Amino acid sequence: MAHDKSPDLPGGNAQDNEDREAGEVGDLETRRKALDTALASRTAADAKGRRDSRTSGGSGYANALRLSSEFIAGILVGAGIGYLIDRLAGTAPWGMIVFLLLGFVAGVLNVLRSAGLVADPEQSTRSGDKPGSNQE
Amino acid sequence: MANDPIHQFQISKIIPIENVGGLDLSFTNVSLFMVVTVAVTSAFLYLTTANRGLVPGRLQSMSEMAYEFVASMLRDAAGTQGMRFFPLVFSLFMFVLIANLFGMFPYFFTVTSSIIVTFALAMLVIGTVVVYGFMKHGLKFLGLFVPEGVPGLLVPLVVMIEIISFLSRPISLSVRLFANMLAGHITLKVFAGFVTSLTAMGALGIGGAILPLAMTVALTGLEFLVAFLQAYVFAVLTCMYLNDALHPSH
Repeated sequence: MAHDKSPDLPGGNAQDNEDREAGEVGDLETRRKALDTALASRTAADAKGRRDSRTSGGSGYANALRLSSEFIAGILVGAGIGYLIDRLAGTAPWGMIVFLLLGFVAGVLNVLRSAGLVADPEQSTRSGDKPGSNQE
Repeated sequence: MANDPIHQFQISKIIPIENVGGLDLSFTNVSLFMVVTVAVTSAFLYLTTANRGLVPGRLQSMSEMAYEFVASMLRDAAGTQGMRFFPLVFSLFMFVLIANLFGMFPYFFTVTSSIIVTFALAMLVIGTVVVYGFMKHGLKFLGLFVPEGVPGLLVPLVVMIEIISFLSRPISLSVRLFANMLAGHITLKVFAGFVTSLTAMGALGIGGAILPLAMTVALTGLEFLVAFLQAYVFAVLTCMYLNDALHPSH
């Protein structure tokens, strides 16, 4: 994306050409403004594409380690909480059983979320934030 | 012992400072490489931007690319409000990236292959999320654990699951980085070990050693990719968690 930054790149698309004509008429400030708006629209489109491809991005090896670590972390935390509750409250096996199962569920939820199969809870707020970031 | 693939992760004390209030605060090889990582990162960024020009040179454009990369990542994930966390995310990204790349030098220690280092980094991120979330939103931050549109009867169960899911974040964040670096370096060492033990077997062994040698070369390339990819993943997830602190309501 760094090459988008240089305004004196030869060729380019129609938007770049528009920027250059505007630059010849106006001063540096208007030229920069035009470039900023062009870049903002480009980044918004890029981000959309990247979010779609986020689930399939990276090599399979990286994906495997990512998903397994999410799953294992859920179970570990569940087991840890169960163990602590058992030790503190003395409810010997029950805390461990219940929280291990809850940890399993949380692990599955983590995996589905990071695989993009379940909607991220923060997804809606992030896309709602977009117009604000474009104005800047 | 030269072929022991785990030997590279052995921690040795360089300056022993033992028993400071019951703690062992020795300066180990891990500490040394962390200091070197920070020093090299700071020196690189300082020197490349010291005599900066409007048209960047090669090294300056490397620093600027790193800046742009992290800035656009943070802006995408957490919006412009998230830019207040830019110093944190940029430092984390550069530290993990340079530490991973340092691990690719022979005889260097890979800092990010110690679970305690990656766990400390992950706790820093989650600690920031929790503290900032409560500071900015007060008790409304707890709304993070209550998804919308859940039937009333299921709310306690779903909240428990969401809390466990949240608590598992620092663990999965740290285990992912740690496991990737550990597994990669052990695999590399094992295949490189095959080369030496096969060549010791005579002419036939030397012929057979070509295969693991080719594998070692390929794995080295893969390790460079993983080193970058894991730093990127760590930074992206940091941005997503910080987004939770900024906008906790579902």
